[in-house]
Amino acid sequence: MKISFPRMGYSYIAFKWLVENLGHECIVPPEPSNHTLDLGVRYAPEFACIPFKILLGTYIEVAQMGAQAVITSGGMGPCRAGYYWVMHKYLLEEMGLPMQIIAMEMPLLNLGDFWGKINRLRRSGGVSLKELARILKITWEKVKAIDDIEIRSHQVRPLEVKRGDTTRAINEGLAFIDAAQREHEIAEARQEALARLDRVPQDQSRNPLKIGIIGEIYVVLEPAANHYIQLLLGEMGVETDRSIYLSAYARKNTIVNLEGDLFAIARPYLNEAPIGGHGVNSIAETILYARHGFDGVVQLAPFSCIPEIVAKSIIPAVSRDFDIPVQTIFIDEQTGRAGVQTRLEAFVDLLQWRRSRRETVVEKRVLQG
Amino acid sequence: MYRVGIPRSLAYFFYLPLWKTFITELGHEVIESPPTSRAILDRGVKEAVNDACIPIKLYHGHAAYLAERCDLLFCPRLVSVRKHGDFGSETFCPKFLGLPDMVRLALNPLPPLIDVRIDLKQPRTGLWDAACEVGQKLGHGQAEIKRALRLAQAAQQSFRNLCQRGVLVPDALEAVLNGKKVSPKATPGHDLTIAVVGYPYVIYDPYINAGLFKILQEEGVNIVTQDMLTDQILNWQARELPKTLFWYFSNRAVYGGLHFMKKGRVDGMIHVTAFACGPDSMVDRLLEIEVRRRSSMPYLAIAVDEHTGEAGVRTRVEAFLDMLRYQRKGK
Repeated sequence: MKISFPRMGYSYIAFKWLVENLGHECIVPPEPSNHTLDLGVRYAPEFACIPFKILLGTYIEVAQMGAQAVITSGGMGPCRAGYYWVMHKYLLEEMGLPMQIIAMEMPLLNLGDFWGKINRLRRSGGVSLKELARILKITWEKVKAIDDIEIRSHQVRPLEVKRGDTTRAINEGLAFIDAAQREHEIAEARQEALARLDRVPQDQSRNPLKIGIIGEIYVVLEPAANHYIQLLLGEMGVETDRSIYLSAYARKNTIVNLEGDLFAIARPYLNEAPIGGHGVNSIAETILYARHGFDGVVQLAPFSCIPEIVAKSIIPAVSRDFDIPVQTIFIDEQTGRAGVQTRLEAFVDLLQWRRSRRETVVEKRVLQG
Repeated sequence: MYRVGIPRSLAYFFYLPLWKTFITELGHEVIESPPTSRAILDRGVKEAVNDACIPIKLYHGHAAYLAERCDLLFCPRLVSVRKHGDFGSETFCPKFLGLPDMVRLALNPLPPLIDVRIDLKQPRTGLWDAACEVGQKLGHGQAEIKRALRLAQAAQQSFRNLCQRGVLVPDALEAVLNGKKVSPKATPGHDLTIAVVGYPYVIYDPYINAGLFKILQEEGVNIVTQDMLTDQILNWQARELPKTLFWYFSNRAVYGGLHFMKKGRVDGMIHVTAFACGPDSMVDRLLEIEVRRRSSMPYLAIAVDEHTGEAGVRTRVEAFLDMLRYQRKGK
């Protein structure tokens, strides 16, 4: 069977490997482009959020490339994303595109359904159970390695001497991961990729601003949906940390990980959790970034995203209490790159000014004291 | 004695008999905000977060009106009212879940909120717990609360009964709370029956939908809504969908729509949706596709926002009715 999946950042490298090793042909989803979005906007309901439209556009594109099925995620609400697959199915049927949608509901809710779907994919691909375990393990290793490399790149980019060096290095590094077939090869590829990033000529005298990126998972993870915001900020000389990584649950070294803590942190501001999507998370993550000494936070969300609107209405209070500036950017099909860039530049200017003011205050104190 | 304010928006059209009777029976005064007006809408638009949908902005407007006139503001956190759905996790739109917090941060001055968390997944104890919390906030003991809750539930039940006998929700509210006489009989001379589905706070608020019901009644149309169906009939429809929706009011609208398109004996269906409503972006297209697949029933979607004018709605409704009558003549 020819199988495809939604594209989210660099994770496609790992999922491509998964599908191919399950014995199916993988149609790698193209990076979302204006064409993808146009297709999605044409057929999607007007007020659907932008991830819905981009995914629909992607499904149409991969259908034209020959995909017979897409694997996607389900959900239990109250975020709309859990109902995406049903609406996508309706819409694709209306368009007359024969496409099977394999939606993975949360295993905790319906383990039988989850296992059944994986098992069907396994059997139709002719893979043994033992083999399946190995494949899943390696996919997971790849996801983790990709995230490690990406995290490092966002630290290196603001220091790079020649613009574009980091981007070239990360692309080379990801190619190593893509080529790796076994666990130890992935470990080696990861080392080599990280080393390449470290070898990028850097100006260590810079003290980059630090910005945390929070918000809705899809627009945070997919650079094409958020106008390459981490790249833009990196090239402006800003170090970014983002709250969501696919492998976040397994790591302890990132600033944001386990959800239970997040709900407790957000409780003084929002006495209910979860409210769907990453609404509560956004509130808690703003607090965490403030505590970790970040200079500012950028909230990314699709236009009309319900949980993030709730978060947005509460974040001003958090921003005031913790003295951390927050820039909210709602993204829809009308959002232009220049608009995003202008707002970011203004925001970075503001942060720079705040920092220099704080430093002058400190200097004065030192001189007087 | 406290003056307790209940904003006339969102779940107002759904729980008013229960909570109004409960609070009145405990010996307090209930102040409802007046029907939506331009002033209330403008106030809401000013106070609420700019990306919110119209109903949420309206709620802020109503709450702001009451804030200066009451001692306590009734603003419950509706989490769920039943165990339903594919995962038994039916809830409300996230904006309902965060409502008390949003209102608290948006409005100043603001009296203390009664932000009771209503989660009736445990049907036995859920409502009792909520009633106790409200009663204790108002300074009452269990015996009084028990008595008031019994009367309140009776009022809510007679309200539901009236609705299910075919009385429109605004009339049923008047009948139960103010003793106005209503009859569920269809008006003689009306030749069309139209199903209006949508959220209670959109279809029963005549300001925000530009007087849709009045227009329809003037044009000789009998109106039926999803609230006239029993829960049993509604829930029966869940099996028609690949997956149930997550939101209580959306499920009701979709189930009602499915029932009417299958065997509702109605001539057409109107879905009223609010601009930028998240769940409705799914509900509207779902109904549109289902109605085309299952029936030949004409379907009209009306999206309302703060600029909706009466003329615009009237024109679209008249065109829709002309088409229905023309079609009928052709048969």
